Amino acid sequence: MAVSATNVGTLAPDATAARSPAARARRFLTRHPTFTAGLAVLLLVLAVGVLAPLWWTGDPLQMKPAQRLQQPSAERWFGSDHFGRDVYTRTVYGARVSLLVGAAVSVLSLALGTTLGLVIGFYRRLDTVMMRVMDGLMAIPAILLALALMAMMRGSVRNVIIALVIPEIPRVIRLVRASVLSLREHTMVEAARALGVGTPRILLRYILPALVAPLIVQATYIGASAILFEAYLSFLGAGTPPHIPSWGNIMAEGKTYVQLAFWIILFPGLFLALTVLAINLVGDGLRDLLNVRG
Amino acid sequence: MFAEILRRLVATIPVMGVVAIAVFALLHVTPGDPAVIIAGDYATTDDIARIRTRLGLDEPFHVQVGLWLSRIVRGDLGTSIFSGLPVSTLIGQRAATTIWLTLFAMLISVGVGVPIGVLAAWRKGSWLDRAVMVFAVSGFSMPTFWLGFILVYVFAITAGWLPVQGYHPIAAGVWPFLSHLVLPALTLSVVYMALIARMTRASMLGVLDEDYIRTAFAKGLAPRGVLIRHALKNASLPVVTIIGIGFALLIGGAVVTESVFALPGLGRLTVDAIVRRDYPVIQGVLLVVSGVYVLINLVVDVLYVILDPRIRY
Repeated sequence: MAVSATNVGTLAPDATAARSPAARARRFLTRHPTFTAGLAVLLLVLAVGVLAPLWWTGDPLQMKPAQRLQQPSAERWFGSDHFGRDVYTRTVYGARVSLLVGAAVSVLSLALGTTLGLVIGFYRRLDTVMMRVMDGLMAIPAILLALALMAMMRGSVRNVIIALVIPEIPRVIRLVRASVLSLREHTMVEAARALGVGTPRILLRYILPALVAPLIVQATYIGASAILFEAYLSFLGAGTPPHIPSWGNIMAEGKTYVQLAFWIILFPGLFLALTVLAINLVGDGLRDLLNVRG
Repeated sequence: MFAEILRRLVATIPVMGVVAIAVFALLHVTPGDPAVIIAGDYATTDDIARIRTRLGLDEPFHVQVGLWLSRIVRGDLGTSIFSGLPVSTLIGQRAATTIWLTLFAMLISVGVGVPIGVLAAWRKGSWLDRAVMVFAVSGFSMPTFWLGFILVYVFAITAGWLPVQGYHPIAAGVWPFLSHLVLPALTLSVVYMALIARMTRASMLGVLDEDYIRTAFAKGLAPRGVLIRHALKNASLPVVTIIGIGFALLIGGAVVTESVFALPGLGRLTVDAIVRRDYPVIQGVLLVVSGVYVLINLVVDVLYVILDPRIRY
């Protein structure tokens, strides 16, 4: 790689190493305004979702047929839908499903993908066959695979998580395997081998720690795309069931009323876009912080 | 090189084999009888038995896989449970819409994404660069269908310039055809445009630091010529890769976009099939789309050699 402006920046850590962790964190936050903004929005959305009943919300499922399709107003901030349900309340509760799906999908696919990737990367005999299998699985567009999986399962948040984890695993395996292949030639691994350290211990003590930083960054991107995909599945009627408000299915129900009540789609989508944007910004910031090459 | 292309073509066979087996195995992904799941909640015992025989679910698993593979090799994708028509016929009827949609989206995103990526890299750190980067991150964070509804609300409902939804084949006249495709293609292109702009910028930044670019500027060549002929040419490889990878993104986005604009394409076919649990159709679409994806990536690999003669197999 050619020497570029970013390499000059890596001289800075020497100067910051002496400072306290708190001072370094503060320095990083002020130097990366987009990361800070993303983190703030993400924490806010988290607070919105976890503490949903406290944010002047009502009952997300309560129908008031007399007040259907009302415009946003002082009483109904985001208006009401075709059943007279409060769109603001539903949007606030919708944050729960999105955040749960995003977090669960990234944790599960990383846990499963890393385990498999470590094993496949280290045992050469498995490698060729398994990588052809991974190529095949990755040739199926993720959204279509998730849709097809949902067709065989009942609509529930748990099944949405399963349907989104399965297409993600081969991608994680690929990332982990590539790192394992380069790390296993590393001198420290050779030294450990020479000292008679067994393979499982090498994987756990020498390879895995080196993978933590890239995997944390990857976790944010997987979480962001899982939140989008949950919305896609629910929007297409193959995701979160209608009795649990999620940003995707609120918008799905609003699509018949685009001309009459645009607010049913506008607000949940705005929350969704902001949340995903925040996670992506946090991911980009972490990539810089942890020095992971994109 | 011809032998190499042939070798790569042969190498796609095991990949497609894995796709075919995976697509088949989807039926058995949940515990229990797939026939019961496909038949739905209101099916009679007869319905379930009929579906079971129809899909060959009475046979042992390895026999089923063998039958399925031998059918695909002969180009037989089975028949739809819902309409009774061959799956290949259904896909043929719907393919044109999706191809037009993805083609236009691809043109828009490459046509806009590459130039703004080049400009952002050229003026690194300027407001223009920042604007492009903000667009790139937000374009990637927006749900496609939501953006579609925003565009419909602004350009179709409020301004009334374009139709809200629907599709007219090209035979019905060029303007009706184009006017119905503008908003869907624009909707679909944004994510991809963001990706291409980001990739072009990153790739150009790597090249613009090189000595020969400085030399080109120093001897007074026009910036446009240097950027396009000297820099972009050498920065284009990663961008070409993205076109291959991006196809999966476009086809995924097409499923959602077709649903917003009521376009009768492969996405709608799939979504309808999922609601009706019409499994042969779902399997057929998955297989065909994945096959196209593998082929496009093969073409991209070959393009590499043409674009950069330094690469030898």
